[in-house]
Amino acid sequence: MEANQILFIAIALLTILSAAVVAFSNKIIHSAFALLATFTGFAMLYIYLSADFLAVTQIIVYVGGILILIIFGVLMTHRIYSTAKKTAHNSILISLLGGLLALGLFLFIISMYPWAPTVVKDFSPTTAVIGTEILSGYLLPFEIISVLLLGALIGAIYIARQEDKEK
Amino acid sequence: MEPLVQFFFNLLPFLSDWPEWLALTVIGVAAAIMMFGFIAIFALIAIWLERKISGHMQDRLGPMEVGGWHGWAQTIADTVKLLVKEDIIPEKADRPLFKLAPMIVFTAALSGFAVLPWSSEFIPADLDVGLLYILSISSFAVIGILMGGWSSNNKWSLYGAMRGVSQVVSYEIPAALALLAVIMSAGTMSMRGLVMAQSGNILDWNVFNFFPLTTIAFFIYFIASLAEVNRTPFDLPEGESELVGGFHTEYSAMRFAFFFLGEYANMFVVSAIAATVFLGGWLPPFEALGFIPGPLWFVGKALLLVFVQMWLRWTLPRLRVDQLMYTCWKVLTPFSMAIILLIGLWKVL
Repeated sequence: MEANQILFIAIALLTILSAAVVAFSNKIIHSAFALLATFTGFAMLYIYLSADFLAVTQIIVYVGGILILIIFGVLMTHRIYSTAKKTAHNSILISLLGGLLALGLFLFIISMYPWAPTVVKDFSPTTAVIGTEILSGYLLPFEIISVLLLGALIGAIYIARQEDKEK
Repeated sequence: MEPLVQFFFNLLPFLSDWPEWLALTVIGVAAAIMMFGFIAIFALIAIWLERKISGHMQDRLGPMEVGGWHGWAQTIADTVKLLVKEDIIPEKADRPLFKLAPMIVFTAALSGFAVLPWSSEFIPADLDVGLLYILSISSFAVIGILMGGWSSNNKWSLYGAMRGVSQVVSYEIPAALALLAVIMSAGTMSMRGLVMAQSGNILDWNVFNFFPLTTIAFFIYFIASLAEVNRTPFDLPEGESELVGGFHTEYSAMRFAFFFLGEYANMFVVSAIAATVFLGGWLPPFEALGFIPGPLWFVGKALLLVFVQMWLRWTLPRLRVDQLMYTCWKVLTPFSMAIILLIGLWKVL
């Protein structure tokens, strides 16, 4: 096995195991913090695919923004530690059936898809290409998204201010 | 990593005969240990300096006893004390998170060193997205602070962590925008490329490049970076008079030492970014001074900024929370936006 493959397996394990903690942990705050490792694992996978700009943006947006938002959201929930298992009384037969159905569907899709062989490509910086493409080939979508985000920003500020006035 | 690998191959020729993965691993580990050693020594000196500077600014002497000459061994003695102290974990603390938090904070600080350009040959990783990488790494420290503050199960810790997070997240924006102004004028995000673009004498440095504009951007970045590393006047997360010790109230011994080490490493990292981006990195101010090696210039400029950070700490009072947010959103952010627009206009014309 090459060192490259060992690295890849380590990254994949980190991503999958931390995602398992997110899904199965009883303490909701542990799930939130485990997302840190999942997001980092994703960024590493992007670097592995030589998408350096995407990886760094992933960290800035997901770890620096969304994860902090999620953690703040969790801190404001009522019971952080003693999360009761509310689904414990569901019938095991139905859940097993649903799970097997989903598994079958996934296996079917996986077998249908022609998986591309590993891309053997030298690492090349992507920032300049992305910048040029955004401001030439994809100018219209880029501008539309920016106007949409501006609208969302103004809307959020408006909603936040209105609550202030009512008091 | 190529420049670093080349540097090590020149230094130790036998490394190039080894299989590539082994050589790369050895070089990477060696570089990480070197950076760790640098942080440790820097923190030893900086903590001593901080005490001496604070002492002299308040018209007292500071540590004078340990080691003889001006108490130079005081920090070493304190480090030994921290190493042998009992490691206390509060009974009601969330143990795994409590243990993980200082590691994450320190790892984030150490990872920043990966892209600092010490000289034209020695830079651990000359990433094409270097500057953006450092900005992204700082968000790990935020998570670490929040983790430590939450898991301590102490109201002061949680208040400190909340304040720290809101402060760092807010001040990331003017800091990033101020750096963006320079990225626009230099046309690259690679730390090495940014220094290369400033070659010449002192007037070619970015801080004097688009004269009034980038100078303002430099000040905006410096102020925002103070807030990002929780230094006075932005030290609300650990305001001693209000929050006992802030997010690390419950930490003791080695874990506390790692928070502290991370804080001082971050001080150096933000100063080093400012030195690289605005003050010409490893370049001498005049061609005639080129005989002094690059790393000395780089460390010297960064240490000068660290000194200014300490100077401000013992001069300015702490801001209130609303003043903190006012400074960020209504002063620094609009100014940095305006600078970006003006530099863009200047570049187009």
